[in-house]
Amino acid sequence: MKRRDFLKNTAVFVAGASVSVSALDFITPKELFAANPQLKWGFLVDTHKCVGCGFCVKACKTENDIPFEANVTRTWVERYVIKKDGDVVMDSPKGARDGFTTKLLDQNHSGMTLVPENEIAQAFFVPKLCNHCTTPACVQVCPVGATYQTADGVVLVDRSWCIGCGYCIMGCPYGVRFFHPVEHVADKCTFCYHRISKGGDTACAQACPFDARQIGNLKDPNDPVAQAVLNQRVGVLRDEYGTKPNVYYIGLNKEVR
Amino acid sequence: MVEQVAQMVVHGEAWTIKDLFVLPNEYVYWSIQIVMYPYMTGLVAGAFVLSSLYHVFNVERLKEIARYALVFSFALLPVAMMPLMLHLMQPLRGIHVLMTPHFTSAISAFGIVFMTYACIVAAEIWFVYRKFIVESVHRLNNKQDRSGLESLLLPIYKVISLGAMDISKEALDSDHKAVKFLAALGIPVACFLHGYAGFIFGSVKANALWMTPLMPVIFICSAVVSGIALCIVSYYIFMEIRKWAAKRGKNWLLPDALAQGGTAIPVEQLRSIQEHEVKMTSKYLLIFMTAAITLEILDMIFRGYTAVKSWDALRMVIYEHDFMKIFVYQYGLGNFLPFLLLLVPGLSTRRAVIASILVLFGVFMMRWNVVIGGQAFSLTFAGFMEYHLPIIPHDIETFKEGLGGMLSVIFAPFIIFYFLNMIFPAFMSDDEAH
Repeated sequence: MKRRDFLKNTAVFVAGASVSVSALDFITPKELFAANPQLKWGFLVDTHKCVGCGFCVKACKTENDIPFEANVTRTWVERYVIKKDGDVVMDSPKGARDGFTTKLLDQNHSGMTLVPENEIAQAFFVPKLCNHCTTPACVQVCPVGATYQTADGVVLVDRSWCIGCGYCIMGCPYGVRFFHPVEHVADKCTFCYHRISKGGDTACAQACPFDARQIGNLKDPNDPVAQAVLNQRVGVLRDEYGTKPNVYYIGLNKEVR
Repeated sequence: MVEQVAQMVVHGEAWTIKDLFVLPNEYVYWSIQIVMYPYMTGLVAGAFVLSSLYHVFNVERLKEIARYALVFSFALLPVAMMPLMLHLMQPLRGIHVLMTPHFTSAISAFGIVFMTYACIVAAEIWFVYRKFIVESVHRLNNKQDRSGLESLLLPIYKVISLGAMDISKEALDSDHKAVKFLAALGIPVACFLHGYAGFIFGSVKANALWMTPLMPVIFICSAVVSGIALCIVSYYIFMEIRKWAAKRGKNWLLPDALAQGGTAIPVEQLRSIQEHEVKMTSKYLLIFMTAAITLEILDMIFRGYTAVKSWDALRMVIYEHDFMKIFVYQYGLGNFLPFLLLLVPGLSTRRAVIASILVLFGVFMMRWNVVIGGQAFSLTFAGFMEYHLPIIPHDIETFKEGLGGMLSVIFAPFIIFYFLNMIFPAFMSDDEAH
């Protein structure tokens, strides 16, 4: 074949092939799913209502098989004591699994500390859990795709595929991830996906005696969580990382990080 | 069951000490093996760059050490992978990174870049040694009474010759061209290999210490520095051993001499080669050190000058908690002292080697301060964590992530090199311009 013929034939082939390929419409499974239910899970935490009883932490550990004695947890409660001079003292002994039963604050290696009551300006509790971010850093960094995001916005870990490198633990700006002591893979809150996908409530929200925790569909305007997010002044944690968290806080103090 | 659970220690708990307010799930998850990982990768990349100085830029003075550096970087290659495998909680699934790469992750690029790089180094070694391989096949074939080692080497040489037995002048010339091309291609790939190791850290936006675009560049420079320094130190040691063995005729210590059929080089000649190569290489070490130190200090000044929110916590870590490790060990002992030692006129071989050992220590401390220092503070900036290297292991985890695992990684390249040297004699003197 002459060079001229070769070039001509190639040009004809490429032109013809591109026309026929352009007739095809590539549909990703995600688009297909998104066309169906209008569902995006969101979580609402009312810090005014939390009393730091730790029922949520206990319920979560039991529900999700996180060894009770192990010093890791899918959700925890932090106690903040803000002094009149502006200093902030925080603690979360064992993730507040047993609640806060003493006024002494656990400062780990520095021991227990007590803030005299006349020095306290304000004190409150803040529950924390995975934020199931819209653009999750953990999903971005997972080298094998074991951490993934479902179409309804929940971030999950495939235990059979996780290699246990810890990159997602490092990448999460909220410190919610850990290595499961038994499974030896990355673990974190799933919004109790096994429950909510069947119409149930999360274990922590169900266990909360004061309704400080609620889960709902952010795309349903009649959902109480969506309404609170729309109509109330809510905040999210560490907005500056651009991860767009889906856990919203009512009464979020600026000291909470 | 309850008692069994009560004993449960989570990953990281054995070596982490928490102070003040630290989130419940926060531990030093990336410990010694992740310090070793960029360190070893850096050594591979650096050793290769050193060998390329001769092959690509025709720096004739580095001819002897260039061949050695190439073989040594090949011996270091599998060891760059080792810390990662030792660190994984599911090491058997390590292959998933290659099978199902997730391209938004910096680690997933590792498999691809690493394999590309390994192929380049292997191909370059093959071209450099092709003539030797073919000659060895002929030599060993013609030999009537082959020793055990020689009988083992013959089939190895036959296989790795890949049937390319042509050693005419034209064929060797094209080999030479291929070496030059591969060495040139290898430099950007080596830099990329290590640059992206820096990217793995630099792209973690959750970590205030790591989050800097300078990280890949800092890593490349210190990689070249550490690779050159290791070549100087190990070259010196191997030459000392060769001198010692040559004096006493202890051939079992000279695997390359065995492979070549016991060609003896006079001790004086060995000494002169050793002195020349060590001194010349240390000049290049000095150049790369200047770039590495400048960048690291620039990064620190920049952080202090811009002083964003995280600076309060970083300052505490840099100037208080890790003061000794950063300013005394890394900058003092690891950078400025060897810099002075190399700069003062009248450089002797021994002084160059001592400076190189200090440089190796300094680069190791830099990796330590980045990896461990980056985890020394809580994500909330309200508390701190300290890493205690497990010395005496009490289970497999504390072995892998402790002193035992660290030493295994450090000694592995030398063991590999010993055997590799039997097949590809790194100290072979050859007048061919490869």
